[in-house]
Amino acid sequence: MADAKATEALPPPPLTLLVVGSALAVGSHVQWLPIWFSVAAATLLSWRAVVAVRGGSLPPRWLLVTLTLATAVGVYLSYRTIMGRDAGVTLLVMLLFLKLLETRAPRDAFVVAFLVYFVALANFFYSQSIPIAALMLLTVTVATTALVGFSAPRRTVSEDLKTAGRMLAQAGPVMLLLFFLFPRVQGPLWGLPQDAYTGVTGLSETMSPGTISALSLSDAIAFRVKFAAETPPRNRLYWRGPVMTDFDGQTWRVGLPQLRREAGNDAFGAPIDYEVTLEPHNRSWMFALEMPMRIPQSARMTRDYLPISLTPIRTRIRYEMRSSPEFQARGGANPGDLAAALRLPRGVDPRARALALEWRESLPDDAAIVQRAIDFYRSSRFEYTLEPPRLGEHSVDEFLFDTKQGFCEHFASSFVFLMRAAGVPARIVTGYQGGDTNPVDGYMVVRQADAHAWAEVWLESRGWVRVDPTAAAIPVRVELGITAAAPLGAPLLMRGGLDWLKGLRNNWDALTNQWNQWVLGYNPDRQLEMLSRLGMKQPSWETMTLMLFWSVGGVMLLVALSLLRGIRREDAVQRAWQRFCGKLARAGLARASTEGPLDYAGRVSLRLPASGTAVRAITALYVEQRYGPAADGESLARLKRLVRDFAP
Amino acid sequence: MRSAVKLERVLQYSQAYNFYQWVFKRHAPEPGVVFLTQRRVYILPTRHGLSFGVVLILMLTGSINYNLSLGYVLTFLLAGLGIVSILHTFRNLVHLYVSAGRVSPVFAGDLAHFQIVFENRSDFERYSLDLVCGAARTRIDIPAHRHWTAELAVKAEKRGWLQLARVTVDTRFPLGVMRAWSYVQPDMRALVYPRPDTAPLPVPEADSDTGDAVSTSVGTDDFAGLRPYQPSDSPRHIAWKASARSEVLLTKFFAGRASSELCFDWDQLPPGMHVEARLSRLARWVMLAEERGLRYGLKLSGTTIPLGEGFPHRERCLRELALFHG
Repeated sequence: MADAKATEALPPPPLTLLVVGSALAVGSHVQWLPIWFSVAAATLLSWRAVVAVRGGSLPPRWLLVTLTLATAVGVYLSYRTIMGRDAGVTLLVMLLFLKLLETRAPRDAFVVAFLVYFVALANFFYSQSIPIAALMLLTVTVATTALVGFSAPRRTVSEDLKTAGRMLAQAGPVMLLLFFLFPRVQGPLWGLPQDAYTGVTGLSETMSPGTISALSLSDAIAFRVKFAAETPPRNRLYWRGPVMTDFDGQTWRVGLPQLRREAGNDAFGAPIDYEVTLEPHNRSWMFALEMPMRIPQSARMTRDYLPISLTPIRTRIRYEMRSSPEFQARGGANPGDLAAALRLPRGVDPRARALALEWRESLPDDAAIVQRAIDFYRSSRFEYTLEPPRLGEHSVDEFLFDTKQGFCEHFASSFVFLMRAAGVPARIVTGYQGGDTNPVDGYMVVRQADAHAWAEVWLESRGWVRVDPTAAAIPVRVELGITAAAPLGAPLLMRGGLDWLKGLRNNWDALTNQWNQWVLGYNPDRQLEMLSRLGMKQPSWETMTLMLFWSVGGVMLLVALSLLRGIRREDAVQRAWQRFCGKLARAGLARASTEGPLDYAGRVSLRLPASGTAVRAITALYVEQRYGPAADGESLARLKRLVRDFAP
Repeated sequence: MRSAVKLERVLQYSQAYNFYQWVFKRHAPEPGVVFLTQRRVYILPTRHGLSFGVVLILMLTGSINYNLSLGYVLTFLLAGLGIVSILHTFRNLVHLYVSAGRVSPVFAGDLAHFQIVFENRSDFERYSLDLVCGAARTRIDIPAHRHWTAELAVKAEKRGWLQLARVTVDTRFPLGVMRAWSYVQPDMRALVYPRPDTAPLPVPEADSDTGDAVSTSVGTDDFAGLRPYQPSDSPRHIAWKASARSEVLLTKFFAGRASSELCFDWDQLPPGMHVEARLSRLARWVMLAEERGLRYGLKLSGTTIPLGEGFPHRERCLRELALFHG
């Protein structure tokens, strides 16, 4: 029996669907799979497709074994491991294709379909965007259609598709319930492979203005912001990121984060409340408007006024912040920090040093020096460009006095150098400046292209004071954003013109944001939040499981009702008649199986003369409705009533 | 008495009763039309269904570990698919009407073709129903609002009545991860004739007037001509080559089919012969005699079938042989 099943031939249409499903599941992996692998996979897949459609022979077992080993070796050579995420997925894809190549019986087809589901899931390691989700839904539909096809080989593909679609539609509500109510656990359950978080973009821990000859701007989203009240003006939107204090003449570096212990004597003005949805960037920085006053529970504040999370941010997170644009950050500096903020490498940039010393000697105090420097930037005819000339050993000198071309990093770097040379403690702050409000959903979107660098100087009376030399030299950068400052270097969609395209993108961004907020951002916290909104404070997992059980049960009941609608039980007339016969049988007058209704009625009324009228009426009604022309509902109701009232 | 009837009804409509019947194999043939109620349809995951479950658990673990929201979505969608498929598989089988169809008599050793009639009064088609009864199996689809006849070819081992054993009707449609099944045993039986033996033995010839049986050798190789095939003709005598050229099946007939009259007598067979061997021999004689258009009768201990000929006569003789009780 089992053997007969195993050798059963596979019907070609669902088999072809299975091949298509595999291709769809693997399709989006191609962008990161090794090229040799993609080529080999495509070859194997075409082979299988040809055999499925036209017939022919599948590769012999020895060839499959050889291919398996060869691929495993190839994967090892490509990744230097077979344990990581990428290598694991590659092996999974290989398994799928090789299994497809030895699929001869329905049993194998099941394995392939399940592998397709698994590979579909693996797509989400790399992207969880709406298009990928749609593609995977298609994949699952195709694979499910194939499964339906295998269980009913005589049907057409479109019928199978209809069944599969219907089942998936019915599975939808169950999926929603499970998604929202299934008790969520914050992963990971165990250590993740090293390569789990490659390829995320974000700010860097170093900055070398002179070495970059072309800054490419990405319109990838860094974070989204929802302001509680009104949106501050653009020139106040300084999103604080890592602070750089160490400079070796070429490169600025972020120091080790040191947590703030003392409360300090900072003074803040009117607050701004907002919520940030931060894209994963694999570092622990949590961006906030200058200056953050109140930070989320889970975050810590560094001495540089940078909120950080305790672990690198590897999933999209949401947090609430309160900042104050009017601040006096006096409490943040200790002598060590101030000393570090004065340190300069020896022997570089003599001209800048000379200029700074001249300021130091001619001006009364630090504040005046700062003001003098700002005036210097404002009057020196600097040019903002994303493709600045490369700078040599004396990068600050060359930028300030020769090339005069650069972007924010050049300005911030040279300004801080000048300040330090003049004896004013100064440091570089990196982060984002600006942001565009999406008119569709009101969220402000801050992109990687909005990354910025500015300076902070220490003035005894006011604490750390933000100075943006870029804003002084090129006001348009801060007033209107990077697209206005460097129209050609900006990403296509961030440039001016193209309004309809921007409208389209705004809608798409808003949709993506909702997707991120509700689908991708649905985590244990949000689940608790939602449940408490439903009136359950701190529900235990038992309650949630119970709730899940009942709600899924309810959905199943509805599905069952809709499915069984077309099922016809014994008709009501027959039921009424049987109930009547049952009553008589209990009275000792069972109907013989060969006895017709009229004969039966005759016999019964002889034995029970008292109820003869009722018996005859019931029988007549039954015979009329059972054998006569189409009866109306009224006589059925009468029959039912008579039977109900009948008592032998 | 009343309460006993009630208890019986309650038991009949409870799963426990079904379970009891199932465990102790207390199943008797059911006459009339059997209606597959919800209570008669069982459902459990198949082996593939269990692997599907394992795959889902792995996918869920992966989603938790990597915090993949869409991983949860996909896993839960597939879980929903699995749950929904319980209903679909169940629906594919439940509420069918099953009744006994026809079954023709066969010779022992041949396949008895039991026809089982399914009626689908629902608005939807039922797909891929597998009927299994011992080694016999068949697969049917039943369109909506239609009667459909399934044929189970059961090997007839012994002569006499062959009662159709319990038939398992099962289905894995639509996903193959669930299996719904039900047991039906329509009250139908096939008459199994003794298998005609093949020993090269002559037909006894009897003078019906005297009652003396005289064995004359009537060779079957004494070819005399061709005539159109009749259902009673032995397949061995079909003139295949000639039939291929003609439009109808042709049977060879042989000389010696003179108007002799035969009486096959149980007692004339060798005394040491086994009962079943005698019956086989007699069956063969009946077949041969009918094939040659002879008039023949049958004499068994207790029964005598007078001389006759033709298909009904042959059936009557064979039936007597099939149901013979020493």
